[in-house]
Amino acid sequence: MSVKTVREALNEALFEEMARDSRVIVMGCDNGVKGNPFGVTLGLAKEFGFDRVIDTPISEPAFTGMGVGAAATGLRPVVEIMFCDWVTLAMDQIVNMAAKMRYMFGGKVDMPLVVRVPIGAGGGQAAQHSQSLEAWFNHVPGLKVVAPYTPADCKGLLKAAIRDNNPVIFLENKRTYAVKGEVPDEPDYVVEIGRAALARQGTDITLVTYSSMVRTCLQAAEKLAEEGVSCEVVDLRTLLPLDYDTVIASVARTGRVVVVHEAAKRGGMGSDIVAELNERAFDLLDAPPLRVGALNIPIPYNAALEDAVLPGVQDVLDAVRKSLSNE
Amino acid sequence: MDKKTCEEIKAIIPCYTPMEALPEGLSLDDCKQMFFDICQIREFELKVKDLWRANKIRGLCHAYYYGEAIAVGACHALAEGDYITSTHRGHGHALARGASPARMFAELFGKVEGYNNGKGGSMHIADVESGILGATGIVGSGIAPAAGAALSAKLLKNGRVSLSFFGDGAVNQGPFSETMNMAAAWDLPMVFLCEYNQWAIGTDYWRVTKEHDVYKRAKGFGMPGVQVDGFNVFAVYQAVREAVERARAGQGPTLVEARYMRMQGHHVGDDQSYRSPEDIQRIQVLYQAEPLVRTRTFLEEAGTPAAELDGIQERARSVIQAAVEYADTQCREPSLDTLYQDIYADGEIIM
Repeated sequence: MSVKTVREALNEALFEEMARDSRVIVMGCDNGVKGNPFGVTLGLAKEFGFDRVIDTPISEPAFTGMGVGAAATGLRPVVEIMFCDWVTLAMDQIVNMAAKMRYMFGGKVDMPLVVRVPIGAGGGQAAQHSQSLEAWFNHVPGLKVVAPYTPADCKGLLKAAIRDNNPVIFLENKRTYAVKGEVPDEPDYVVEIGRAALARQGTDITLVTYSSMVRTCLQAAEKLAEEGVSCEVVDLRTLLPLDYDTVIASVARTGRVVVVHEAAKRGGMGSDIVAELNERAFDLLDAPPLRVGALNIPIPYNAALEDAVLPGVQDVLDAVRKSLSNE
Repeated sequence: MDKKTCEEIKAIIPCYTPMEALPEGLSLDDCKQMFFDICQIREFELKVKDLWRANKIRGLCHAYYYGEAIAVGACHALAEGDYITSTHRGHGHALARGASPARMFAELFGKVEGYNNGKGGSMHIADVESGILGATGIVGSGIAPAAGAALSAKLLKNGRVSLSFFGDGAVNQGPFSETMNMAAAWDLPMVFLCEYNQWAIGTDYWRVTKEHDVYKRAKGFGMPGVQVDGFNVFAVYQAVREAVERARAGQGPTLVEARYMRMQGHHVGDDQSYRSPEDIQRIQVLYQAEPLVRTRTFLEEAGTPAAELDGIQERARSVIQAAVEYADTQCREPSLDTLYQDIYADGEIIM
């Protein structure tokens, strides 16, 4: 084990998979010379050359489409959309091609495509550089959606995504790039897609969360522990397929659940998870399942305004207390 | 053809060129094969129209009749292993690339034996293993994936070329320009083949585009562009052959604009109410320029007996008839158990 940041863990995953398999290529704006704005692809071009680490023009629809065509013909492309907000430009290729080709072509094509999509607000980057749009992808059969938090999970899941023969949307939160944690050193360390993890064990209430909100929920759980409330924190890690077995097993222990995410609350992952729990685990619940998410408004620029939009520790505390007050 | 007719055709297809001599690299037997391929597509599409009207085929069917010279000319210029991407009007591309009409009809009938196991239908015929990377129902969406196939050919150094078929409607989609730019910047082994049929569903291309010549756009992206008579199978073959040679030699992509005319509806059930009587009258003259008639006339003038040509047409007809019978009587409906199959790799099912 070594202590690494999320940024280093992602970078290592790319290095290791490119070294392991010559079919893996990386493409996106500024991925080569610059190493992407966040340093995630730093050093790859020097090691593997500009044929495999491709600096694209600013043409998201077409370079994502090229990733689709390359994946269908023997390469394993990792395409980067620099900010999640711009994935709108590439949605046709992701939704109508990458996700559909295997099914509509009768199962005769593999689609080993990873689309890395940095999400998250909090840096004063306003309405077009801050969104978390994972719920859109959850709605599309044919995709897998991964949203890890810890450096170890970021590395292990990115490696698993690259080795997967399905299109995988890989969501990394910009505000977590500097988060540090222990990361296994074995070159074949991967984390299976589709498995949640318990970030904290508890008995009174389950917090279901992913990505940057794992940190927020753990902070809230610390505070609640001081009040004698024991929170279990489920880090989903993968959103599609979602590990309901782990979620429901936790709810069976606690009887209460709050789903927490940074994305806007309306139509978010939380809505889907709560609906699913109502259908599959209603009898296990002692209180209505609750959601915490961003306000349903665009991300504003001003620091105080932005802060007011995003969910924080206090919002989680409020939701937990509300759930617990329901006898 | 008399001079007046020729002038009338040129008023619509300015690059109209007579089929006078066999192009370099083609024998008379090759030309007979091209004629068979043209006839096979024509027969296929005429059957599609009847079967759609008889409710044997569901959904939307966009027929390729009168466009046969483009698919056949282009595919004769490709080598085994080369890639194509196709369009919603894609039956001709697959047939010209060697797809089995029987398995295609099986697909149109929604049967398990179809190329897509009955899950794709008319707009998505694909045979990825043989390089047919599939037809797509969204205008222009196959262009960037074709460049991705060219990128993989370049990186894997397998000598393959990728050709994308798309219409004049697609060149006003953003990804056309974006892909032209990247393919040129990186000298990808690719051919952009614009099947210019004048109509984007119900809108005349000239009403929505100031510069009518598509091939001129190539210059702005730093690649060669040529315009050819899309009813002339030799002209298409020659232009695409030169483009394929450039691509395979590592000299980058070419834009080929093949001018023809969609003489029938957008799809087989289209009433064409958007076309004026003048439009329809203008189009009538093109029946003298269409590829089946012209290729046959060329072969006759080159000394092929009429009986032999009748025989080729008859053979195409019987192949298609047998294909329809196979799909109709010998193929199976998919079971509902297959609903969740092939959404994900390796049999994985995600509910």
